Amino acid sequence: MDARQLFSGNSLLSELRPGPLVAVAFLLAYPAFASDFFIFQIGAYSLILGTIALSLTMLAGYGGMVSLAQLTVAGLAGYLVAILGDNSVGVMGLGWPWWLTVPVAILGAALFSVFVGAISVRTEGIYTIMITLAIAVAFFYFVRQNYVIFNGFTGFAGVEPPAIFGLYWRDPAPFYYLTLALSGGFFLAVLYASRSTFGLSLQAIRDNPRRMRALGYDVTLHRIVAYFLSGLIAGTAGVLLVWFNGRISPGSVGIDVAIDILVIAVVGGMRHPVGPFIGAIAFVLLENFAIDLIDRERFNTVIGLAFLLVVLFSPDGLLGIWNRLRDKLRLGRNARQDARRGEGGERQPAESLEQT
Amino acid sequence: MFRLGKTTLVAATVLAMASPVAAQETVKMGALATLEGAFTVLGEDSMRGVYMALEEFNYTAGGKKIELITGSSDASPDSAIRATRKLVEQDGVQVMVGPLSGSEGLAVKDYAKTQPNVTFLNGSSAAQDTTLRDPADNFFRFGTEGAQWMAGLGEYVYKEKGYRKLAVLAEDYSFPYTQVFGFLEPFCRLGGKAPADARFWVPIGNKDYSSVIAALPDDVDAIYVALGGADAVNFLTQYEQTGGELPLIGGSITVDQTVLGSKGRTRDFVVGTPSAGPISDTWDDSRWAGFVAAYKKQFPDGFPSPSLFAHAYYVNTKAALLALDTVDGNLSDGGKAYRAALAALEFETPTGMVKLDERRNAVADIFLTEVAEGPDGNLLNKTIKVIPQVSQTLGLSYDEFLKYGAVSRENPVCE
Repeated sequence: MDARQLFSGNSLLSELRPGPLVAVAFLLAYPAFASDFFIFQIGAYSLILGTIALSLTMLAGYGGMVSLAQLTVAGLAGYLVAILGDNSVGVMGLGWPWWLTVPVAILGAALFSVFVGAISVRTEGIYTIMITLAIAVAFFYFVRQNYVIFNGFTGFAGVEPPAIFGLYWRDPAPFYYLTLALSGGFFLAVLYASRSTFGLSLQAIRDNPRRMRALGYDVTLHRIVAYFLSGLIAGTAGVLLVWFNGRISPGSVGIDVAIDILVIAVVGGMRHPVGPFIGAIAFVLLENFAIDLIDRERFNTVIGLAFLLVVLFSPDGLLGIWNRLRDKLRLGRNARQDARRGEGGERQPAESLEQT
Repeated sequence: MFRLGKTTLVAATVLAMASPVAAQETVKMGALATLEGAFTVLGEDSMRGVYMALEEFNYTAGGKKIELITGSSDASPDSAIRATRKLVEQDGVQVMVGPLSGSEGLAVKDYAKTQPNVTFLNGSSAAQDTTLRDPADNFFRFGTEGAQWMAGLGEYVYKEKGYRKLAVLAEDYSFPYTQVFGFLEPFCRLGGKAPADARFWVPIGNKDYSSVIAALPDDVDAIYVALGGADAVNFLTQYEQTGGELPLIGGSITVDQTVLGSKGRTRDFVVGTPSAGPISDTWDDSRWAGFVAAYKKQFPDGFPSPSLFAHAYYVNTKAALLALDTVDGNLSDGGKAYRAALAALEFETPTGMVKLDERRNAVADIFLTEVAEGPDGNLLNKTIKVIPQVSQTLGLSYDEFLKYGAVSRENPVCE
């Protein structure tokens, strides 16, 4: 398998269509016209949640492994930043410089993800969910009751992003561009990886593991590597999350938040890496503004109902609704495109996913 | 999705453009409480306190209309910060009341430092360090905190009840630490003991207390219990069922209306339990009676009697409105004059006079109570004694008080 084959998938450049270009231009220009609140708490926070959900989409959509421990992986990275770097609580805070803290935190999270994978990859479906759920719950209770390292219920506060290039990186615009660059990078990386040989064999393993084993593929290893890669994504998002909040406590890695991540991924749609980001935007907007739409005692019902309706009418999430809408509008053009793609031989991952 | 985003954006822009004009006639006030999660019931009662104060002022203060915008958290610091940030940065509130629980208060205090032009008033959060160490200039607490709430209880059980050695059972976070400290410090100074191996710390939401009950030492005179809501009910029920006979001492939310209202034999079992807190259900005083009557009238489906949460939010909201009256609703200088007026404010609450110390924490009366059976068979807290004007440093100088160190599981040592 030489390098050329690795790059032999559809090149990203030839696929440039007006839609994504407009989206990129919008995202880049967003801070120019949005208020600080919309840049920081809506924009940057959506991107962070979207990135954590992206790590789940990668595992679940391409690998068929639904892990509820992705937030736990992100949370571990956040805790490591607070423990190894500086915090204002007076517990731990080893004071390492950021260029050491951040890579160690992300790698530590990725290794933890490998550990989660090693435990759970030999199981399927509901059992994977149960094992990863158990890990998430165990981590939550562990950090809540461990005072020596994780400072128990209180957790850590006063975690500051580093000051590089004379910028304070929690200011809305710099922080937004930082999260945009990282989440955009991971988005493209997942898109690319899904068309690489590794990504294709992972999808094949998802569809028929026995056959792939018979063909001589190391199924377990492929899955664990997928866990490692998703751990890198979730870990990086976890570092951003602790910089965003400036604090981390057991509440940040609670089971309700872990389920929020699953909701984001499912509501957004798992067919394409853009799904989790769409889901995250919907989630954050609802979380912030549902309370203005309706009686303050019922706003969580609105959030729940909105997501229920999405899943009920579109099992493939908001992405599916968008696709169907577009298909209806441009039926003819799509038919022509499909015909052209059909000749190309190699199927797109987005389409192969539709078979699941 | 993008369309929803855009619509919201447009709406936000319109609001942002409209607000400078509107600011002439209205003052925006934010209120944050836990309207979701484990403390929902308490959060709802908190909001009742806010509405009561606003209703009393007819939603007008200093000649301006008050526009109330509510926010919700789930008692985690992260969610409290997100909701506060939305109220301050998006809705543009100039005065902010909240949050409800201890760790949230610490987080909002830190956030307040980044918003020097907005004035923050505490809700009912009662952690000590929200105002004691490293306070924020624009954060005010007109309700008292957990250690103050315990004033007088330590002396009372040592002198009147004759207890010398106690076991301690409390939830494992900042508010119970503050309560345990406030209770044990005077108790131990008198010579009482509460050894470390007789202190039990359980997580919030703990259901099974059998291991704790089995480990309770035999040679203690009583158990000091600082649990809240469902945790308190669970412990009392299980302790009663296993035939526990030790007398109890209650924290401020251990024997409140939510627990006393529960059914079963637990009720008889807790009669005689001493406790202390910022309110007393049966205080025989016209100010308190008037407050309870107003609460019942405005919220027929609320608690039988307002909880300390409704009381704390009421007091803080009222302080915010009184100070607005003082400055004629003028916040155009970024609220500087307004905060000066707040710092100097001294007013009559349903539980007596309240004023602030130099770190903007309340000095107010505290009530020593004991659970008793009322005339109609309901359990209620009988007022034993009113401890007048308790300060956060419990009568000591600030520097002297700091020597006690931060509240924690081992403070005070008390061996």
